[in-house]
Amino acid sequence: MRGRSASARLFQIELPALLIVLFALAPYVWMILTSIKPQAELAEWPVRYWPRAATLDHYRELLSRTSFAGNLLNSLIIACGAALVGLAVSIPAGYAFSRFRFRGRRPLMTGFLVINMFPIVLLIIPLFVLMRRFGLIDTYLGVVIGHSTFSIPFAIWMLTSYFSTIPKDLDEAATIDGASRYEAIRHVILPLVAPGVVTAGIYIFITSWNEYLFAMMLSGQNVRTVTVALQLFIGEFTIQWGLLTAGGVLIAIPVTILFLFVQRRLVGGLTAGAVKS
Amino acid sequence: MTVAVRQRPDWTPYYFLLPAILITAAVVLFPVAQTIWLSLFNYVIYDPDGSQFVGFGNFAAVFRDEVFWISLRHSVVWIVGVVGLQFLLGLIAALILNESFWWRGLARALVVIPWALPSVIIGLMWTWMYDFNVGVINDALLRLGVISAPIAWLARPDTALGAIMLGLVWQGFPFFAVTILAGLQTVPAELYEAAEIDGATRWKRFTNVTLPAIGDVIATALLLRTIWVANSLDVILVMTGGGPGYATYTLPLYAFQRAYSGMEFGYGAALALVLTALLLAVVWLYVKRASRELER
Repeated sequence: MRGRSASARLFQIELPALLIVLFALAPYVWMILTSIKPQAELAEWPVRYWPRAATLDHYRELLSRTSFAGNLLNSLIIACGAALVGLAVSIPAGYAFSRFRFRGRRPLMTGFLVINMFPIVLLIIPLFVLMRRFGLIDTYLGVVIGHSTFSIPFAIWMLTSYFSTIPKDLDEAATIDGASRYEAIRHVILPLVAPGVVTAGIYIFITSWNEYLFAMMLSGQNVRTVTVALQLFIGEFTIQWGLLTAGGVLIAIPVTILFLFVQRRLVGGLTAGAVKS
Repeated sequence: MTVAVRQRPDWTPYYFLLPAILITAAVVLFPVAQTIWLSLFNYVIYDPDGSQFVGFGNFAAVFRDEVFWISLRHSVVWIVGVVGLQFLLGLIAALILNESFWWRGLARALVVIPWALPSVIIGLMWTWMYDFNVGVINDALLRLGVISAPIAWLARPDTALGAIMLGLVWQGFPFFAVTILAGLQTVPAELYEAAEIDGATRWKRFTNVTLPAIGDVIATALLLRTIWVANSLDVILVMTGGGPGYATYTLPLYAFQRAYSGMEFGYGAALALVLTALLLAVVWLYVKRASRELER
């Protein structure tokens, strides 16, 4: 396209772009600002936008006086567990869907897609009953299994499309050189899909870390995750917005960083083929 | 040896799929089947032995239930409003971020941030911004002279649903922005050049070149998002729990409340199934599009 004049660019492109970025960031920034304002400034009216005396007191109080540090650890364990279980199951499944043409392939793949579309309310209560029967309520394993209901189907689709980007000739070349199928997978294919595997793993980690409903139903005091804990705090410390937003920031920062890291590779997997990337 | 193996059906893909199928059957299919089965009983969680078979009684009750119709109406407003605005905002953002300017990379990275956040935090930050006494939204609107007195956004039946919807629009528009942007990048530049030589205006270039080229991406993104938004209830749960009154009840929230808080699992199951049935057409369209991938 023909270049526009500098001022036209500024008003037609850069200014709207700035507005959109501000809209996207404003609530986030407001949460951070709230978390570092002393309690007295939070109660001021009209609202004081920039903190006069920034403080980390809310963070200190949150980590020393509540269970939040333990909840962070629980979330970390559960999200890592969900990523590991999800990958362990989805890598072979993705490989099978990408490399073999077999009876039932289409219905199975469609099945894994449809499962992700079920309303969670449809399965959450029987799942709770099932977990109770096996004594898995309030255990790490219980929540990890709960999260695999959405992470496995998604990871399978994502990994299938990553496997499919690798030419089949490579498998054949490796087997002609005398490698067994498993050797070919381990030494040729897996190293090539490693970036895709990492993306899928990080995506499962993020969704598990962020998840609320399953974690609320399946966890109790012992393995309570940060999202559930924060929601309980909202009921408990209604007026203490400094404390609540400090919790919000601590939950948000790790996923924000991870998300920025994977977002580019994610889009292709998310729309399942509509975008060729 | 390979020849001999090839002649028998090759079981390898089934072995590879077995763990995924077993786990999914146990934690998704089995519970869903149970939900379908239990929707035929007046099953109450604290008294499982007293449950009676009522056939389609729960479903008949659903359609006579005033709260169901209220929730359904809210769900329609919720889906159309949230998905529509997310899409519009995402499209505008994508078109702008597709132009070149020196800080474009940074802008693209920052715009996706709301998408990364958990619903509980979306609920928390927007509840705080909507606060009646010291909320920044009331403060800003008062300073701008838009309102003359603070508004209790989440406590008023006429504003609560809209207020929550805005929070969700904020969270979801980056998804459209990123997806549409990826679609825009596949449109060949020659198409624009040709249109420009033919004297097409910018609007004409948008409607005749850009839109047809990204139509597929938009359709898929809209379908996918409709399903997500229709099923999502956690932001509402965190912000209002459905209140005030039934002002922010949507179908999944109502099903959840009846099943979880009300412990009437049979009835909640019937509500969840009605929601699923209503969504089926959208799911079918999406699956049809997505499974084109299978042929490749």
